[in-house]
Amino acid sequence: MLARGEPVVWLTGSGLVIGLLMVTVLVGYVFYQGLITFWPRPVVALTTPDGRTHLGEVTRTDTFIPPPDLIPGLTGALRERAEAQTAREEGALGRRLLRTGNFELTGEHFRWVEDYLIAEGGESRPEWALVFERTTWGRFYGFPTALVLGGEVVAEDPSRIWEMFQDHHGGDHPAGAVLRVRTASGEEKELDLTEIVRAYPANRLGFLDKVRVYASRWNEFLTAEPREANSEGGVFPAIFGTVVMTLAMTILVVPFGVMAALYLREYAKQGWLTSVVRISINNLAGVPSIVFGVFGLGFFCYIVGGGIDQVFFSDKLPSPTFGTGGIMWASLTLALLTLPVVIVATEEALAAVPTSMREGSFACGATRWQTIRRVVLPRALPGVMTGAILAMARGAGEVAPLMLVGAVKLAPDLPLDLEWPFMHPERSFMHLGFHIYDLGFQSQNSEAAKPMVFTTTLLLMGIVLFLNAAAIRLRSGLTRKYTGSKF
Amino acid sequence: MGMPLMRKESTAMDAKPAPFDRLAAIVAGETVPPEIHSEVKAEEAILQVEGFNLWYGEKQALFDIGMPIPRGKVTALIGPSGCGKSTLLRSVNRMNDLIDTVRISGNMRIAGDEIYGKAVDVIELRRRMGMVFQKSNPFPMSIRENVVYALRINGERNRAVLDEVCEKALRGAALWDEVKDRLDESALGMSGGQQQRLCIARAIAAEPEMLLMDEPCSALDPIATSRVEELILELRGDYTVLIVTHNMQQASRVSDYTAFMYLGQVVEYGPTARLFTNPRLKETEDYITGRFG
Repeated sequence: MLARGEPVVWLTGSGLVIGLLMVTVLVGYVFYQGLITFWPRPVVALTTPDGRTHLGEVTRTDTFIPPPDLIPGLTGALRERAEAQTAREEGALGRRLLRTGNFELTGEHFRWVEDYLIAEGGESRPEWALVFERTTWGRFYGFPTALVLGGEVVAEDPSRIWEMFQDHHGGDHPAGAVLRVRTASGEEKELDLTEIVRAYPANRLGFLDKVRVYASRWNEFLTAEPREANSEGGVFPAIFGTVVMTLAMTILVVPFGVMAALYLREYAKQGWLTSVVRISINNLAGVPSIVFGVFGLGFFCYIVGGGIDQVFFSDKLPSPTFGTGGIMWASLTLALLTLPVVIVATEEALAAVPTSMREGSFACGATRWQTIRRVVLPRALPGVMTGAILAMARGAGEVAPLMLVGAVKLAPDLPLDLEWPFMHPERSFMHLGFHIYDLGFQSQNSEAAKPMVFTTTLLLMGIVLFLNAAAIRLRSGLTRKYTGSKF
Repeated sequence: MGMPLMRKESTAMDAKPAPFDRLAAIVAGETVPPEIHSEVKAEEAILQVEGFNLWYGEKQALFDIGMPIPRGKVTALIGPSGCGKSTLLRSVNRMNDLIDTVRISGNMRIAGDEIYGKAVDVIELRRRMGMVFQKSNPFPMSIRENVVYALRINGERNRAVLDEVCEKALRGAALWDEVKDRLDESALGMSGGQQQRLCIARAIAAEPEMLLMDEPCSALDPIATSRVEELILELRGDYTVLIVTHNMQQASRVSDYTAFMYLGQVVEYGPTARLFTNPRLKETEDYITGRFG
């Protein structure tokens, strides 16, 4: 059996299966979490024994082991419910995380509600509980009591208010349009229609309505600027920054890498020195990316950028123009980071060009450069594209060096726009990878930001996939043209 | 130069057959003067090889080669593997320059001009010769661009000139009728035999003084081989062809003159008909009849 290689087949196969499994689980999880984020959930009202009602969306369910003095300290129905649940759940109690919003009234965005606190009938899904997404202060959950247009109450019945709200939301109301709402705990609040981004009666939505809300949220996510410290709204500047930075990096790195590989493979005399150079290039790929970031900051931003500022923008000093992080420096830094990938791939592609082709060209009286330009490079082009694809995938997912050389939390000014001179290579930019880090670890409202982490990750993966697919398509065209039999 | 030796040789053969004397001497490292028939010397030579030696690093591959190549004829180089026939061929257009370890001494002249010499422009030199390789090597471009490659790199841009050269070369390579409707398609889509004839067309497009062929049929099937052989026969007269071949039948079919090489030395060189039917040397006869090699 060993001689026939059966165990080797199983061994190699299981290696592949494990790899595939890990990728599938990771990608599947990101997909699931990323896709459900924007799906509207029902709003529940939970009434606790102290008489307060909490209105909001359940974002998480959880169990916890109660502290030893909790259950003995309870009385009556509460104790019964708690004991019944601990008996069922092997000593644990259930709880739900409710997104209650209304931060300016309650001082909190989220609240844990223990299940044993809720009496029979203490949980409901009120028909007219509205969810508001606002430009400031986060979500608002409440019941509409009146719609006021120009100081005049025009509707007081919830369904009538909702109807008129939809007509007037997004319109122009010089005299003011205000929606009066009451929270679950009875507080009154006036919401100006201009500060409401989106509102919907969560418990009245049919499937199509939910799809509409979902689509509208995705649309906002992809095309709008972020709000609420990045935890709400869109990521368009980050998408734009990521794509522009990645493309600029690719455009910078490919000529450099090809030139270096050409010299190394075609012109340099092969010997110990070229071997040392090759090994060094390969080792460069193992240098931590943050080191490249530090180098980029020191060399590109401070030395090169500072020099440019001294010469061309001295009137603006001491505030730097080029002498600080910017999309051009970020692209250059990442180009440096991905240079080894391109050099190695190009060298391999050059080495794979048949000697007979070169000889044929030389025999026709071609010089070395003519041979390279007309025969070797076209033939090696698909391999060069492979290098560019690998560099792009590496560069698009890189975050650490970007933090030092120009990626920022919020930069609504795009590096390319309609304002003269259209290209602004000195501007700092937003990047999806950095945005993920910022949402996940720097956000003040981390519970609200967490689902966005998955959605942003999904988006970044989609963009990298898209860029790669485009490059692979280009490459297969080149392969057909230069190594295949058809144009 | 060969006469006294031949006499000595023949007397030795008369007394007692000593079939491998010359070969044994070559194996032993001696440089044996070649047996060159007077018919070769009578022809006008386009290429003169004079006392040519070549080393790959420390290993000597060619020993004191001296031979004229007649103008307008097909000359074949035959001999067992590793005898240096390809090396000799590739020395004519200095393709061996591409190998770092190669050293040479002696000289060659094409139409009186030195091939090896400090003042020689290698690029210019190579343009005077066309070369066809063992494995067909079309470039990754269209059929048309392949054929006119030599002119393109020479800076020719006139479309009419290029088209004319392209048609003429393809007709010369007996390929025109097969490809005239798809000149702008990739050359890599042609069959193996077509590709090799395309390479011949490419080699003759710039009207070289000489055509060097390094086993041009060894990778082809019999039908493609016979087409290339026909082509070589048609090229004779217009072009001087120097062809390396493993296939002795091929040498006898296509060439006017044949040189038999062994271990980096020319053993016998004469008219193909004579060499194959009535060689002067026993060693040549043994090789041709397949008794060794």
